Amino acid sequence: MTDIAAPASAVLSPPRAPLALAWLARRAEGVVIPLGALLAGMALFSVFLLLLGKSPSTFLELMWRGGFGSWFSIQNALLRATPLIFAALCVALPARLGLTVIGGEGAIVLGGVAAAAFGHWLGNAPSVIVLAAMAAAGMVAGGLWIGAVGALRHYRAVNETISSLLMAYIAIALMNHLVEGPLRDPASLNKPSTHPLTEAARVGPIPGMDVHWGLVVALLACVACWLLIEKTRWGFAARVAGGNVRAAQIQGLAVGPLIVGFCALSGALAGLAGMFEVAAVQGSANASLAAGYGYAGILVAFLARQNPLGVVPVAFLLGGIAAAGGLIQRRMGLPDATILVLQGMLFIVVLMSETLYGRFKCFDPDRWKRAP
Amino acid sequence: MNAQTVPAVGVEAIGMTMRFGGFTALDDVTVKVPAGSFHALLGENGAGKSTLVKCMMGFYTPTSGDMVVNGREAVIASPKDAGALGLGMVYQHFTLVPSLTGEENLVISRENAPAVIDWGKERRDLKSFMERMPFKIPLEQPVSALAAGEKQKLEIVKQLYLGRRFLVLDEPTSVLTPGEAEEMLGLVRGMTRRGELTVLMISHKFHEVTAFADDVSVLRKGKLTGRGRVANLDRRKMAAMMIGDQAIAALDQRAPTPADAVSVLEVNAVKAKDRSGLKSIEIDGLKVKAGEIVGVAGVSGNGQKEFLEVLAGQRAREAGEIRVKNASYEATREQSRKLNVRFIPEEPLRNACAPKMTVAENIAFRTFDLDKDGKPASWISARAIRDYATSLIAQFKVKTASLSSPIQSLSGGNVQRAVLARELSGAVDLLIVSNPCFGLDFAAVAEIRARIMKARNGGAAVLLMSEDLDELLELSDRILVMSDGQLVYETPIAQADLHVIGEHMAGKH
Ligand SMILES: Nc1ncnc2c1ncn2[C@@H]1O[C@H](COP(=O)(O)OP(=O)(O)OP(=O)(O)O)[C@@H](O)[C@H]1O
Ligand SMILES: [Mg+2]
Repeated sequence: MTDIAAPASAVLSPPRAPLALAWLARRAEGVVIPLGALLAGMALFSVFLLLLGKSPSTFLELMWRGGFGSWFSIQNALLRATPLIFAALCVALPARLGLTVIGGEGAIVLGGVAAAAFGHWLGNAPSVIVLAAMAAAGMVAGGLWIGAVGALRHYRAVNETISSLLMAYIAIALMNHLVEGPLRDPASLNKPSTHPLTEAARVGPIPGMDVHWGLVVALLACVACWLLIEKTRWGFAARVAGGNVRAAQIQGLAVGPLIVGFCALSGALAGLAGMFEVAAVQGSANASLAAGYGYAGILVAFLARQNPLGVVPVAFLLGGIAAAGGLIQRRMGLPDATILVLQGMLFIVVLMSETLYGRFKCFDPDRWKRAP
Repeated sequence: MNAQTVPAVGVEAIGMTMRFGGFTALDDVTVKVPAGSFHALLGENGAGKSTLVKCMMGFYTPTSGDMVVNGREAVIASPKDAGALGLGMVYQHFTLVPSLTGEENLVISRENAPAVIDWGKERRDLKSFMERMPFKIPLEQPVSALAAGEKQKLEIVKQLYLGRRFLVLDEPTSVLTPGEAEEMLGLVRGMTRRGELTVLMISHKFHEVTAFADDVSVLRKGKLTGRGRVANLDRRKMAAMMIGDQAIAALDQRAPTPADAVSVLEVNAVKAKDRSGLKSIEIDGLKVKAGEIVGVAGVSGNGQKEFLEVLAGQRAREAGEIRVKNASYEATREQSRKLNVRFIPEEPLRNACAPKMTVAENIAFRTFDLDKDGKPASWISARAIRDYATSLIAQFKVKTASLSSPIQSLSGGNVQRAVLARELSGAVDLLIVSNPCFGLDFAAVAEIRARIMKARNGGAAVLLMSEDLDELLELSDRILVMSDGQLVYETPIAQADLHVIGEHMAGKH
C-alpha cells in the first residue's frame, strides 16, 4: 500500500531550486509568445509600409515619439488606454466562462448615453451624487446589454459572439436615435449631441496629470476582476463552467446565473468606459462614442491572454499606438485607416499565436525540474 | 492495399525511456513484437502502457530509445512517419466522423484523398477491398447508426484500408459487449494467424489475453516486470507481475439491509428526451433504500446515460418528480450537499472534470466554496485546496506527476481515481454511479467495488448503472433491466437468472 503511495509523494516535493526555473518557464510562455506576436505583426506592417513606399523606421520613430517618448505622449497613451482597459475586461471576464463576447462597443455606447442623460437630468445636484448616478446608469445600461447576451446564450442557445456583435450595431443605432432625437441638445447643430454636462457632472484630471480619474477606476477594476476570478468561489465556479459545462452541472453549480452574472458585470465595466468618455473627455454624448474602443479591447484582451492584470500593460501599449496615430498620419501622409490596418494585422497574428502555446519545449516547467 | 499480398509488419521498441520532467513514466522498456504475432501489454493504471505505445507511434518523442521495424532501425518522429511504415493505432474512444458514412470516413482518412472524389470508383474499390476483409460492416450507413462493436471494427478496417499492418489496440474492448469483443478479437486473431497483421493490444482483461494473445509483456511503474508466452502463464502469475505481492482489496461481507430501511431515492413518472431528441426515456416507480445497491443493467444506448443526466441535472426533464429523503430534488449544489448526494458518471474526464484545470483544482470541485468548518466561504484558499488534494491523492493512490498537472495528463485510470476520491470522501447518503470500473486495472476494480460496498454497508443508498453484468451480480441487492428508455424487469439478486436478464436486455419480452 505504502509501496504505491510512495512515488506520488516523492514527486510532490521536488527540490527547491529547479522549481524557480520551472516557475519562470511557466510564466515566461505567456509573455514571450504575445511579445513575439506583436513583433511579427509589426514586421508584417513594415512590409505593408514598404509596399506603399513609406519607411518603416520613420513609422517606428514617430510611433515612439507620439505614443511613449515624452510625458505628454505617455499621458495621451494613458488617456486612450482607459476605455481600452474597460473594453478588454468586457472580453476577458466572459472568456473565463468559455464565451467569446465581442460586442463591448454596444455597452460602451449605451453606457455613455445613459450617463449623459442622467448627468443632464441631475446636473444641479452635488457632484458626488451626479457622478454616482451617472456611473450607476452607465453600468446598468451596459450590464443589461451584455447580460442579455449571456441570457440568450444560456437559455436560448444563441451564439454569444454573433449576438453580441449584432447587438452592438443595434446599440449604436439606438444611440444615434436618442442623440438625434429625444436627448438632442437643440443647440448642437453640426454634430447632434446631448446637452453639455454641467461642471458638477464632469470628471476631473488626476492631480498633476492630464489623465482623468477614470484611469484609476480602470486599474482598480482590473485588480478586482483578477481577485474575483482567481480568489473567489464565483471565479472558481466560472472557471469550472468554462473548463467543462457538464462537470459544472454535475457539481450543481448554477451555470445560468454564473453566465448571466459574469456577462452583466463585463457589460457594466464597458458601460463605465462610456460614462468616463462622456464625463471626462467629451462632455456630452454623441456619435464619437462609437470610436472603436470596444473592438480594440478585443485585441487587448487576447494579447493579455484574458488575464485582467495583463490587460493593463497591453492597453497602455495599444493606447500609445493609437495616440501616435494622428502624428503618423500628418507626418507620413498616410490615411486615417492606416492605424486600423496595423491593429488588424496585430489581431490576426495574435490569434494565430494562440496555437503556439504548449509547442515550445523550453516553456515546459517539467523540463526544468530535474529527476530527483 | 491488398490484404493478401501485404504481409504483417514486425516491430521492436528497444530501451524506451520517457520522462515528463522529473517523473519517469517509462524506464528502459524493450518490447519485441514479431510479424504476425498477437502481443498483449498488461499493467496497472499509470504503469506507462499508453505512454509506451505513444512513443512507438511518434506521438511522443521518447527521452531515449530506438525503434526497429521489420528488422531495420526506423526513425519515427510523428504519427505520419509511423503510418508510412505501416504502423497504426486504434484508440479507446472512437475517432470516426459520426455524421458521415463508413465509406466516406474511409476515403477522407486517406492521406492522398483526391480533391475531387470519384465516388463510383471509390465504391467499387472499397467493395473489392471489403471482400478480402474478414469484417462485415454496413459501409453505406452513417457511422452514428452503427453499434459500438461495428464502430470498433470500422476503426480497425480503416487502419487496414490505410495500409497499416501493425496495429496498436489501446483497450479496444472497453466499449463493447462481451459478445462484440469476442467476435472482434477473434477476427483480428485470424488475421494475425494468416500473417496479414501484427497486433499489440493493451488490455485490463485477463480472459482476453489468455484467449487471444501469443505473448505478453507486463509493465509496472514504468518498468518491464515480466514477459513470456501466454501459454506458459496463468492469471495468477500475470497478476503477480502486474502488482507484485500487494494485497487485493477484499469485498466486505454484505450487511443485511434492515427491513425498515427508508427509501432514499424515489423516481416517479420522470420523462425526458433521449440523445437523439426523437425518443423519450420514462422511468417510474424506482425506489432505492438506504443500505442497498440497486443495479441497472442494459445494453449501452438504452437510455442509461440520459437517465443519469436527468438525475444529475445535466438534462432537462419534461415531467415527473425525483425525491431524495422525501424532499423534492432538483440537483442543485445546496440540495446535493444537504442530502449528501454524490454522482460518479462514466467517462469522468468528459463528464466530471475540467480537463485543463489542475488535479488539485479538480479534486476541489465539491468543496472549494466551503471553509475549514464546512461553512460557505466567499474566498477560496489555494493552500487549503492543495492540502486537501494531497491527502486525498495519498488516500486513493492517485498517481500524478504533481498537484498542478492538468488532470488530462493523468492516465485514464487515475482520472477515475481522482474523481472517486472527490466523490467518495465524507458522508454519503445517496451514490449514483455509472460504469465505475471502466478502464481500471483489476486491483483498482477490486478496490472500487470494495468502496462501493463499504458505502452501502455504511447506510448509503446506491444506484449502480453498469454494462458489466458480472459487476452487477457481484454488488447489487436488486437488479433492474433498462431497455428502450424504460425499466422493464426487476429481480432480487437471489433469484437473478443471467438468461432472463439477458433476454430483457435484448428487448425480447
Ligand atoms: N503528458 C504527460 N505529462 C505528465 N505526465 C504524464 C503525461 N502522460 C502520462 N503521464 C504520466 O505517466 C504515467 C503513465 O501514464 P500512462 O497513460 O502511460 O498509463 P497507462 O499504463 O496507460 O494507464 P491506464 O491503464 O490508466 O490507461 C501516469 O502516471 C501519467 O500521469
Ligand atoms: Mg492508458
